[in-house]
Amino acid sequence: MMSTPHRRNDAAAETDDVLLSVQDLQVEFATSAGVVRALDGVSFDVRAGETLAILGESGSGKSVTAQAIMALLPKPAGSIVGGQVRYRGTDLVAEPVSRVRELCATEIAMIFQDPLSSLNPVFRIGYQVAEPFRRRLGMGKREAWARALELLKRVGIPDAETRIRDYPHQFSGGQRQRIMIAMAIALEPRLLIGDEPTTALDVTVQKQVMDLLADLQAETGMGMILISHDLGVVADVAQRAAIMYAGRIVETGSIRGIYDTPAHPYSQGLLSSIPSNTAIGERLTPIVGSPPNLLALPTGCSFHPRCPFATEVCRTTVPVLRQPDGWEPGHVAACHRSEEVLTHA
Amino acid sequence: MPETHVHGESALLTVSHLKVAYPIRSSVLLRRIGDNVAVSDVDFEIRPGETVGLVGESGSGKSTIARAVIGLVPPSGGRISFEGADITNLSPRRMKDVRRNMQMVFQDPYASLNPRLTVRDIIAEGWRVHRGIVSPKDWTREVKELMDRVGLNPDYSDRYPHQFSGGQRQRIGIARALALRPRLIICDEAVSALDVSVQAQVLNLLEDLQADLGLSYLFISHDLSVIEHICDRVLVLNKGVVVEEGTALELFENPQDEYTRALLAAVPVARPWLVEETP
Repeated sequence: MMSTPHRRNDAAAETDDVLLSVQDLQVEFATSAGVVRALDGVSFDVRAGETLAILGESGSGKSVTAQAIMALLPKPAGSIVGGQVRYRGTDLVAEPVSRVRELCATEIAMIFQDPLSSLNPVFRIGYQVAEPFRRRLGMGKREAWARALELLKRVGIPDAETRIRDYPHQFSGGQRQRIMIAMAIALEPRLLIGDEPTTALDVTVQKQVMDLLADLQAETGMGMILISHDLGVVADVAQRAAIMYAGRIVETGSIRGIYDTPAHPYSQGLLSSIPSNTAIGERLTPIVGSPPNLLALPTGCSFHPRCPFATEVCRTTVPVLRQPDGWEPGHVAACHRSEEVLTHA
Repeated sequence: MPETHVHGESALLTVSHLKVAYPIRSSVLLRRIGDNVAVSDVDFEIRPGETVGLVGESGSGKSTIARAVIGLVPPSGGRISFEGADITNLSPRRMKDVRRNMQMVFQDPYASLNPRLTVRDIIAEGWRVHRGIVSPKDWTREVKELMDRVGLNPDYSDRYPHQFSGGQRQRIGIARALALRPRLIICDEAVSALDVSVQAQVLNLLEDLQADLGLSYLFISHDLSVIEHICDRVLVLNKGVVVEEGTALELFENPQDEYTRALLAAVPVARPWLVEETP
């Protein structure tokens, strides 16, 4: 039950529980140095109650994916030039931005990496958390404030009755991220997108925030997309993962499938770069070279200059996502030489 | 100046009973009305060729210790000695001579390099300040050697920092620190801003340099897996106090302190199912 390119335009396969189905999404940015293809044929599905992790290094296109879904691409530089973002049957790409904003306000919510710059420093927390109730549900001030208090208690702000009158700078980083989560879940969204939600937090706080997200999901049955550069953080929470490199999904499948038997050399390289996977005193095995410049992508597979398995075909032909024999269903990788990669591991 | 790592050799850096307090000043007359104690009573030493790690959450005082050691904040108490000499309250002029042997690599490779200088000028800047280490006619050649040493293409010495990626900029920062042939390098979250694949490259480079040049590192990070990988000995800090100290192996295999355990338990595991299967 995975998103593969074959499923495109296959309306019957879009069963009721598929919340969001991104199909062959293409995003371009116009820069002074030329047009950059930031996303190239990205496809995935998210179901209700499920968590998909989108993993990749900086510049791989993971945040652009979230921005494209929420119609938040920086204008006028960025634009969606192809593909579909189907949310419960509606193609968000074809809808006017105002309609997408309305949907995003009530049904799709997002939390960002830096909670301090996402909160308004001159308004009390209670006022900001109550805002969706006033604006979207037309509640009175008093009622909205009461609902905000409930939410703050729900996300674990201690002493919420007094803290609700405080300003953002009076909270710690972890508490601010809890407040952002409170605002995101205020209108009970069906889909929550977290763009590096814990990257700015200490490890102990990070764990608390991830646990909170998992609890909220178990309670409300919402679908989640977690975007991260850290393969460890999402491993506990997500069921499926998509690994991105240079604007493409290079491997997708169950978390266990990818982490235990990575079929793309890039996924394999990422996993072996993690220091904790190496014994003390042993040398790390990094990926050689550095991520490609999107303005001058290598021909063929964009990973081939850094790839230890690369052959002539990798330099000439762009690999498509495929599922060779013997893999669990839904585990696909865009590599010509996945069989060799798997036997090597 | 290669040195071999000999145990029992006298310490390169000794920090004893270090206390650092930042003043809290009144809003009108800026009189000192209190102290915000960032670090209290910290003891440790670094021997030649050794890597000592400081780990803790934000606000635990790890960066304050680094800044006190290199003389960027004055200590309120205690003693810091480097190469056998007391450097606790040296004048700025004397401290400058000490810093020749003690360099720092910073966290943010975008903010810590002057955007108006070429790589050659950035690396040679230390020689401009500390005369007599390398004569000016050799600067270009030495810069190219250093760039080659840290894995940068020496032909790029006339480029500016913005023309390099994050990992490459961190290599420039390391080359700049190496230029003065220091004995101790303080790495303050030096790999935290890098992507994992590049982070592994830089960690390997730091280990190679240590093996070749006999450097000592004071390595600061909030990332326990990085600390576990690179450090010989580790100090765990909580609210300015060392709660546990030991070799990396002891500390990560058998943590004694409550706080260390909590910290370790929160570290994300790449394959949680393996941990569950082998209790």
